[in-house]
Amino acid sequence: MAGRATVELAAAAEAGGADLIEVGFPFSDPLADGPVIRRAAEQALAEGMRTVECLQCLRDVHERVSVPLVPMTYSSLLEAYGWERFGDDARQAGASSLIVADLPVDVHPELPRVQLVAPTSTDERIALAAAETDGWLYLVTVAGTTGARMELSPALAPLVERTRALTDMPLYAGFGISSPEQAALAAELADGVVVGSAALLAADDGPRALEGFVAQLRAALA
Amino acid sequence: MTATTYAEYGGRYVPETLIPALDELERGWKAATEDPAFRSELDSLGEHYVGRPSPLYETVRFAPSDRRIVLKREDLNHTGAHKINNALGQILLAARLGKRRIVAETGAGQHGVATATVCARFGLECVVYMGAEDIRRQHPNVERMRLLGAEVRAVEFGTKTLKEATSEAIRDWIANVETTYYLIGSCVGPAPYPSIVRELQAVIGREARAQMLVAYDRLPDAVVACVGGGSNAIGLFAGFLDDAEVRLVGVEAAGAASLGTGRAAVLHGARSSVLADEDGQVLDAHSISAGLDYPGVGPEHAALRDSGRAEYVTATDDEALAAFHRLAETEGILPALEPAHALARALDLDAELVLVGLSGRGDKDLAEVLEH
Repeated sequence: MAGRATVELAAAAEAGGADLIEVGFPFSDPLADGPVIRRAAEQALAEGMRTVECLQCLRDVHERVSVPLVPMTYSSLLEAYGWERFGDDARQAGASSLIVADLPVDVHPELPRVQLVAPTSTDERIALAAAETDGWLYLVTVAGTTGARMELSPALAPLVERTRALTDMPLYAGFGISSPEQAALAAELADGVVVGSAALLAADDGPRALEGFVAQLRAALA
Repeated sequence: MTATTYAEYGGRYVPETLIPALDELERGWKAATEDPAFRSELDSLGEHYVGRPSPLYETVRFAPSDRRIVLKREDLNHTGAHKINNALGQILLAARLGKRRIVAETGAGQHGVATATVCARFGLECVVYMGAEDIRRQHPNVERMRLLGAEVRAVEFGTKTLKEATSEAIRDWIANVETTYYLIGSCVGPAPYPSIVRELQAVIGREARAQMLVAYDRLPDAVVACVGGGSNAIGLFAGFLDDAEVRLVGVEAAGAASLGTGRAAVLHGARSSVLADEDGQVLDAHSISAGLDYPGVGPEHAALRDSGRAEYVTATDDEALAAFHRLAETEGILPALEPAHALARALDLDAELVLVGLSGRGDKDLAEVLEH
């Protein structure tokens, strides 16, 4: 989540072996998020992180790290800032793409972004998302919000199978993946894993803790 | 977008997980509205279970001497508010879709009570999300929901009111979408919810228009209703939208004027007029009335405001309280605090014959009123 500590945390994640870093732009009413990311968003908003500050944060992170950066946010911020302007300014600040958690593929199709598909998605929608997506597809492993789960979702394997049959796009699996063991299992199916809430919890203990956590994930995927 | 939009408002701004469920809902709703059996079951339950049609009643001592004020008595419905019209229709839809678990949000508790009631009637599991602050100020409704067999889950974060309760109900739906029906309480949310709720509440306006013609041989000069999410207002307005000579007046709480002071933003799955800052962050609403304490509003109201067909004004907490007392003391009717806002504006509107949507009764508000 964009905030005061983000530059140091992003550098730590890169040092730990992250291939890509999502930077949350907080929204007051994040429908797709569980308690950990929601709390981080509340805190960031309380610190005054609005769109302009988040873009500056992205710029600062971009100067420090070399892995691709992807802002993750919600439609209301783009509606207020201007859809096209948001996409342009995010790219200028160093974003390689965008994730908008509450923007289905058929709304604002002109905005290039990473599309999400879910276990409930029909094949038709998966094909559409694959055709429209920007670089890779985000596979939502569970019907649910973000946040750690005890087990890797059994819905992931059939979702990967259906999606592979429709596209050659790289598939990164996220939502609910928290431990190196789960990450390893997910990586046997998908091309990459996205870890959010668990990384935020690790980051609560500072950059070194985050670096250690990411290094464990990295090792599990080796 | 295939889904319904109102001018540039409405739409579906939700996580992908929900899109297939919204498509299923849209197909199910279309099939239901085309099925005469659905209509006749709804009408029969409306008559025998809810007590429809609700009467028109012309105030005798409440109205100032220069005007006539007529009330559409939705407060006399079973469960005490207009919310039951929507809950009944949607529960029949949920049954058609084969869903056995119902989730809902509630602010004042009236929608929660209506949902718990129809779940009891149809034997379905019922979970109601309610802000902790609303649980405090609408306690009798919490007890009613529990007696009706519903589980009331307190929402302890953010403003602890309807906004957070709605988000939490939607999150529950996302997590349980295969088995669960989300029974939304107002004409908000992603398409097709705003149009479903509007159609189910349109019975208010249909009845009221016919009743006005029978009783007065004319239409009212103005139709006035309170607007939180806006379901009772859109239902009442629906009967008069094509009567260009009838003024449509929505009354928002002064501290929750999504239409009066809001801006285009995205909240709870739809683009509408929202109390939001210049960055699209949703602001807190403030109202003595839990049912109006909501920073968003139905997309159709935003479109009606922009087109000029309806006008939207505000009433303060104090004005609503004064109207509450006045109706109690002059007519022997305790209104809910929500329609008390509409009553307050009906008193000073420049119109001779005014129809007011009395959307609910005030029993739930006694503690809040006595506190002030």
